[in-house]
Order: sequence, then C-alpha cells, then structure tokens
Amino acid sequence: MSRLEVNLAGVTLKNPVITASGCCGYGREYDKLYPIERLGGISVKGTTLQERQGNPPCRIAETPSGMLNSVGLQNPGVEAFLQNELPHLKSRDVAVIANVAGSTVEEYCAIAERLDGSGIDLLEVNISCPNVKEGGAAFGTSCTSAAEVVAQMRRRTSKPMMVKLSPNVTDIVSIARAVEDAGADAVSLINTLLGMRIDLKTRRPVLHNNVGGLSGPAVFPVAVRMVWQVAGAVKIPVVGMGGISCWQDAIEMMLAGARAVQIGAALFADPYTPVKVVEGIDAWLEQNGISDVNEIVGAVRPW
Amino acid sequence: MAYLQGCYPLVGKEQLTAGIYSYTVSCPEIVSQAVPGQFVHVRVDGFSLRRPISICGIDTENGLLRMVFEVRGKGTEALAQLVPGQKIDLLGPLGNGFTPPAGQQVVLVGGGIGVPPLLELAARAGDRATAILGFRTASAVILAEDFRAHSCDLRLATDDGSEGYHGFVTGLLEERLAEGAPGMVCACGPMAMLKGVVEIAEAHGVPTQVSLEERMGCGVGACLVCACKTVRDGREVFTHVCKDGPVFDGKEVVFA
Repeated sequence: MSRLEVNLAGVTLKNPVITASGCCGYGREYDKLYPIERLGGISVKGTTLQERQGNPPCRIAETPSGMLNSVGLQNPGVEAFLQNELPHLKSRDVAVIANVAGSTVEEYCAIAERLDGSGIDLLEVNISCPNVKEGGAAFGTSCTSAAEVVAQMRRRTSKPMMVKLSPNVTDIVSIARAVEDAGADAVSLINTLLGMRIDLKTRRPVLHNNVGGLSGPAVFPVAVRMVWQVAGAVKIPVVGMGGISCWQDAIEMMLAGARAVQIGAALFADPYTPVKVVEGIDAWLEQNGISDVNEIVGAVRPW
Repeated sequence: MAYLQGCYPLVGKEQLTAGIYSYTVSCPEIVSQAVPGQFVHVRVDGFSLRRPISICGIDTENGLLRMVFEVRGKGTEALAQLVPGQKIDLLGPLGNGFTPPAGQQVVLVGGGIGVPPLLELAARAGDRATAILGFRTASAVILAEDFRAHSCDLRLATDDGSEGYHGFVTGLLEERLAEGAPGMVCACGPMAMLKGVVEIAEAHGVPTQVSLEERMGCGVGACLVCACKTVRDGREVFTHVCKDGPVFDGKEVVFA
C-alpha cells in the first residue's frame, strides 16, 4: 500500500487529492496536460436531473487572492452524464465522485436513484450552491432541510454519500452533525463564500447574477477553521477544500482534520496544481519519516 | 486539440501606442501547433486568473509567437512591466481559429484591440486579403504597417476622421462587398461592430466568422464561466468562448 492511500467512506483513493466540482469538468480538459490517473479522484461538474443552461455572463470576477463565480450549475443533465461522460471516466484508474444538485428533495432523490446502479464511486451531494435561485444552498443552510435531503436520498441509494456543506451559515458544525445523523458517509467543505463586486463606472454588479461564490486563497483560513471545527464534531470523514493552492496548504488542511482535499480555483492559475500537491505531500512524508498519510489527519496540536 | 503550459522567454517588446504592447515570445512548442484566431492564456504573478490574449503572429520557422494586448486593469498593467529576457507563463494554443476557405478572397474586419488576431490571417492570405481596420482616432491606429507588409488591400477607418475613412468599419465593408463577394468575412472587435458586420455580410450572402471575448476562467473548457449565447441545433444555448470559440460562425452568435 502506498503511503498516500486514503479510504473515504469505503472508497479507496490512491492519494488524497481530488479536483473540485466545477473546476475540471469531467476530466477531459486537464487530461491533455497530464493523465488524470495522477489524481486521487475527480468530483465532476455539478449534475442536475435535467440539463441546465446556467446564468447569463458575466460569470466570473477576479478578487484579491481569489475569484467570484456564478456559473449557475450549467450542465447537460444526469442522462447525458451517464451516456457521454461516465464511460470515459470509468475507463480510467481514478475515483469518480458524482456531484449532484437539485431544486427539490424529489429531484435529489431521483438523481440518487438514477446513479445508484451506475459506475460512480461516491455521491457528493451539493446542498450549498450559492448561484441558483431555487434549491441548492436553501437546503444547506438549515439543519432540518439538510437532514431531510440526506435521509430521503439514503433510502434511494446504496452509494456512499458525501455531503458538501455551505460556509454561509451561522454554525456549520450543527449542519455537519445533522447530515451525519441523517446517514451521510462523509462531508466535504467548504463550498464558496457568498460575495459581490460592483463596477464603479456602470454601478452594475460585475456578475450578472449580482452575487457569486468566493474561492481561492482568500478563503483558505476560513476553510481550515471550519474543517477543524467539523472534524472535531463528527465521526465520518471530512474532505477539506477552499483555497488550497500548494502542497503546504493541503497538509495544513489534513492536519486540521481532512481525510482528503479538493483543489478548485488554483487550477486556473496553474493547471498542474493537483499533481504538484500530490508530489509535494509525498516528498514531505518522506522527509519527515511518515509512512502513512493518514497519520497526519487531524494531527494538529491545538493550544 | 492539444495544448501546453510552460514558461517561455520574452524576446521582444514594443509599445505600439498608448496602453498597447506587442510581445514576442520564444515558444516553439506552442507555435508549432498554433493557428490564426487562437489565443494563449497568460499568467501574471500575483493574480488569481490568467489573461486570455489573442495570437497576433505565428513564426513557425523561428518558434516565435507574437501577441498584442491592451492595458485594461491591474493585471495587464503588471504584464506590461515585463522586460525582454524575463519569462512568461503561457497556456496554449487554445480555442478554435479562423478557417477561411483556401485560395479565395477574404475580408478581414477589425476594430481597435480586435485588430491583432487578424494579422496572421493577412500574412497567410497576402494579396487575397482586404483588411478593414477601424480605430477611434489616428493616434490609436496599430499594426497598419504590418498589414501593408503582407501586401493586403488595407482600408483604414477612424471614428473622428483623423485618418482614412471617416466613420465605422461597416461603411467600408459595404463598399468592399459592393466590389465583389469574398469567400468569407473574418471579424474581431466590439459586439456592436460584429453585429453590424454579420448583418452586412449576410445581406451579401457572404459567410462570416467572428471572434468573441468574455471574462474567462480556466481557458480550456473546464469551468464554464465564459458563456456566450449561440444557436446550436436550432436552439439558443450557452456555449463557451474558450473551447467552442473564440471564433464562431457569425450565424450562430446571438447578438444582444
């Protein structure tokens, strides 16, 4: 067994580095730069029951040490994912995480059921997308509705379920506990922080959706804090994300309690970031005489 | 389509007019795959997002890529500070280029900073090309000598009449098309200009290709932020400038 291998809700990842949903499509684009087998896993573009066109442009704005996006879950729908994307992903040695979203509990359940017999390894339930009016974040901001979605989906799928949490809440720990109690096998956090930019000349918000999700190094300390708090409060594995841009960030996130990490916005500046993070973690383990990456998970020594 | 990422030496830098720079970068691997109309995604130290910059010149013999960009904000301002000898981080070549029919006449229509991506087309079409280039005023004119050097039929327009035709490129396009139909009109510039160009060309039964711009994230089709409305299979959908473009069939584009 490689020292980088981790187990996430029963799914073996050859290394703890996953590309975050919405940042690497279905793995085809960056596969042109390096084989996607170098990754531990791929969380695919957020998938809904029906095709979605997403929000009108502008969908992106640069911010100090980060960016805002408001894509609005543009995706071809679950059937197109199964037909056109999953076969090529399954032919590769990389864990496939299906990120799914819905506007109603019934939609979440229908997607879970549709994917139950498919070749995906893990469901990532997005109850935290800040960029669509109906659903999404609405489910992720109350313990009751978050638990309701998870409990209903649990009955419809035997796939392990990881619930992606929103940071735009008063107490992320209580939401994490609620979804754990409802049957979640893992949680991933953080989704983007809701933000806004305004153009001085036009007095218009830069994003056509007015507001969007902040990601990138700007959110990293917030993510580390939330991962640390959640990891201390639940028994299920935590996947940490939010502003990771180098291997040091990834190790920091794991020390805070993350079993694995996801990398998103950093891909846009340097598409090789995930590969460099895998190599960097491995070299650091070697230098520090650590034979198993799991030893560092939650190994922070708080004051 | 394959693309690469690497750090390549800046070997030439020239300021063309206020706020517009021409960079020549030695990147044979990118150059060998590049076609006119594609772009490179340029990393700027200290900024989260790369800047998409159109390819202006492709010198395969010497492995040199030319790009011309305008300083629009802090990122391009920082980019403009580089000096020859320093390295520049490029991802490319990206997107789909122009594909005018081989051996036929082609009319190139450019407005302002939309002019550079047309230069390599002019280089390849030589005297089969008519280049109609529009600028705000005489002092904003760029690359005119470069187009002339490729022996194309160059027609300049300025909004204020300080050089060439007094008015918009669409006026010159009408004149040119009245002289005879080319195989294609290739255009790059503001959306209002592109809309006019496509309407005029269509009225003359001439196909068009237009290069679009939108705020971009990944540059390779992974993040879906650079949406533009186009008609595909009879319905309006959001396609993406980086992967489906930047060059689109003019008929496909839904102009606001």
